[in-house]
Amino acid sequence: MSYYFTILSPTDTPIFNIAFGTSKGGGDGIARFRFPDTAQYMNQFIIHSSLDILEEAQWTNGGMYLKHIDTYPPASAYISAFLTPSGTRFLLLHQPPQLPTSGSSSTLGASSLLASGTTRSSSSVAANPTSAQTEEAVRQFMNEVYESFVKTAMSPFYRQGMEIRSPVFRGKITAAGKKWL
Amino acid sequence: MAAPPRHVSMLSISNSNAGTPQSASSDKPQTPQPPSTPQQASGLRVPSNRKTIYDRHLNRSRNAELSRASFAYLFAEMVTYAQRRVTGIQDLEKRLNEQGYPLGLRLLDLLFYRSTSTSSSALSSSSTSSSPPNRPLRILPLLHLIHGPLWRLLFQRSADALEHSVSPDTPNEYMITDNDPLVNTYISVPREMNMLNCAAYIAGVIEGVCDGCGFEAKVSAHNQPTEMWPSRTVFLLRFGDSVMEREKVLERSGIK
Repeated sequence: MSYYFTILSPTDTPIFNIAFGTSKGGGDGIARFRFPDTAQYMNQFIIHSSLDILEEAQWTNGGMYLKHIDTYPPASAYISAFLTPSGTRFLLLHQPPQLPTSGSSSTLGASSLLASGTTRSSSSVAANPTSAQTEEAVRQFMNEVYESFVKTAMSPFYRQGMEIRSPVFRGKITAAGKKWL
Repeated sequence: MAAPPRHVSMLSISNSNAGTPQSASSDKPQTPQPPSTPQQASGLRVPSNRKTIYDRHLNRSRNAELSRASFAYLFAEMVTYAQRRVTGIQDLEKRLNEQGYPLGLRLLDLLFYRSTSTSSSALSSSSTSSSPPNRPLRILPLLHLIHGPLWRLLFQRSADALEHSVSPDTPNEYMITDNDPLVNTYISVPREMNMLNCAAYIAGVIEGVCDGCGFEAKVSAHNQPTEMWPSRTVFLLRFGDSVMEREKVLERSGIK
């Protein structure tokens, strides 16, 4: 599973992003997206396109973790969202690894059911993007990011909407990703 | 180059400070503080105890209370600073409001962080009893959040009253009353400025909280003294039209 994580300010400014791969089940933590040539901008594009759905979900669900909100079938990308009370958005794109046998499931389009069906064999977080365990793991990850984010926001030198450049923050996010995803 | 004489003088200074650098400075004469260079390279200054803000925890321990005197002093300085280049009372209140606004945005995140991480009901004790607190979606939960948890976070007690405007012309106006605001305890306003209320700072905090939650609002502080409470202050919250419209839509779809 490969991940792309972005933090967006309430005014849609990207303030942090990171790409990483799973560390569970022998993963090495390096992102391997399905379409590596276009991943760099397509991931951002897919994540930002889910903002409309997020803004709808925001007023029907009072929780901070809004769970899996959007799917982009052509890249089989799943998007989970977390909304801080002050309106900062954490968006995580996750893409299960390409299965060597199932060429059909990725090209079929709306394939979330198919994908979860074909990967039943391994129940790990990595292979099953809509399962309850994945939701729980993402929630834990988001909560840890939230903690670091609040610490950043409490700094008197940080204003809302500023890019987060701290290498310590990046390290914290990487560690959280390693721990939960 | 003027290096040799400077080097000599530096050597003599370091000699007078401590005896050890003699050999080090003879090896590398031009690097007076070698340990700082690797930290400079990463662009981050790490505190000497290696604890960055990310290593500290955000929950307030029971005894870590702030001195009221130091707060009063700091706040007095803030008022003086704001007063330095203003044209009138309204301008001064606006500046105080702007100082409070970013604090409100931050407090919001901190408040929710603390109420999620500590399962104790210190913050979420009011009407909403479920342990993971929800973001306020409607005006009333937002006002309860300000009246209860936010006030307790700031002042260790709830605000004294929460009212809705009775006039049918202004359904978007709400009032939160504090009988004795902490910020005004040590401030006596001169007679010629008797319209001024320095709790405009707190009004700014409230405005930041409302705005952060997605409720566009204008908040102002007004003096309403009574016999018993001479510094009684009413915070008037005026929500914008977009908020009132959304409120209607959410009411129709049954969201609380």
